Amino acid sequence: MAPAWIALGLSLKVALWATAIDLVAGVAVGYALARTRFPGRELVDSVLLLPMVLPPTVLGYYLLVVIGRRGWLGHWLESQFGIHLIFTWQGAVIAAAVVAFPFVCKSARAAFEDVDTSYEQAARVLGLDAGAVFFRVTLPLAWRGILAGVLLAFARALGEFGATLMVAGSIPGKTQTLSIAVYEAVQAGQDDLANTLVLITSITCVAVLVAAGRLAPTRIPGRS
Amino acid sequence: MKSSSRKFGFAAILIAVLWVGGQAARAAEITVSAAASLTNAFKEIGTAFEAVHPGTRVLLNFGASGALLQQIAKGAPVDVFASADQETMDQAQQQQLVSGGARVNFVRNALVVIVPADAAPLPRNLNDLGVPAIKRIAIGLPASVPVGRYAKAVLEKAQLWSAILPRMIGAQSVRQALDYVARGEVDAGFVYATDAALMADKVKVAFTVPTETPVLYPIAPMSSSTNPKAAKQFIAFVMSPPAQAVLARHGFGKP
Repeated sequence: MAPAWIALGLSLKVALWATAIDLVAGVAVGYALARTRFPGRELVDSVLLLPMVLPPTVLGYYLLVVIGRRGWLGHWLESQFGIHLIFTWQGAVIAAAVVAFPFVCKSARAAFEDVDTSYEQAARVLGLDAGAVFFRVTLPLAWRGILAGVLLAFARALGEFGATLMVAGSIPGKTQTLSIAVYEAVQAGQDDLANTLVLITSITCVAVLVAAGRLAPTRIPGRS
Repeated sequence: MKSSSRKFGFAAILIAVLWVGGQAARAAEITVSAAASLTNAFKEIGTAFEAVHPGTRVLLNFGASGALLQQIAKGAPVDVFASADQETMDQAQQQQLVSGGARVNFVRNALVVIVPADAAPLPRNLNDLGVPAIKRIAIGLPASVPVGRYAKAVLEKAQLWSAILPRMIGAQSVRQALDYVARGEVDAGFVYATDAALMADKVKVAFTVPTETPVLYPIAPMSSSTNPKAAKQFIAFVMSPPAQAVLARHGFGKP
């Protein structure tokens, strides 16, 4: 079943890229929200949370309007750099990254807010500069919470369907991720292919969950 | 104690209302699954049918014919099915989904190649689609979308299919192909003449593509229909002059 494995590879590639982008952006924004005070902070926080609650079709439409060939950003990218994002795997990465962003951002903010600032003050008194304080004190202390968010984001990105379909279409080997391949196989009545695809998807998700449990051993009552 | 019995009372009333409402709605309702290209015309026909048959509600379900067939095959409660090609209806018949003998062709359509309204120069024939300037072509997925099947057949006949395939953007229905062209995300697309006419301000018809098999739409009652009488009435209405006039106004030809 070659097409199924190609779809799996693509799903993993898209989800990994999206998670990597969210890790950097989510930690930066989460830190800013946790440690700075500015008017409208909670409003910004709510807006950033929107991708979690908005229907994926709404996000897909926003993305089409923004990064489409006639969208303001898409038009600029194409005229300046010849970049065309719609119907590309990079477009799928953007869709997945937007959808999964709140998971990292929200957990990062909560994790940074939990970090005891006296450790940071101690580090500063001992002569560390701001960057070193962040990377050697704050981030390691917040890491556990962030990692939980990152794993959720990865799982969400892996299952992304609606926005991805609208932005990246369904091109076999290029943008046809597992979830889209399942949809297409069912639409075409190819139940054999659909069966293979859902089996692979289910096994992949179990593997991700097991890996998540190993990577982030949170204290669950009844388990040590 | 008092408030909990009051809550229970409210819940009981709510359930009763929902149940009665559900029963009333189910009494005279037919579900019509129709090809995506019929969307606008069938919405009008549905309203006109309800006006002639008060008490019968028409629920419309649009999508790619192949996708609609899969829904019916998996047990969707559909009374009438109208597909955009003979092949999909043939498959429905092979799977014993069609109520015997009542299948009729009710409209004809034409396959066209469209380009964004600001595109220049216009491709004049299928061979012109091979030029490098046309980087992406929207074609309905041949496995489930009839317009894609028609397009694939003509491209295969012209021995252009393998050259076009790497540039094909698969669409989930003819309306998605239309939308991709209207947004300028693709450089050309295969749709029906009736779809192109809907977005005359955003897309241009480059040329009409002659198809070997005519684009002929069949309609039939489904064997799983719970309201076969209304299903038959709906099909008779679609064949009647008022409904045919609506279809003609939307650009469909006579069968």
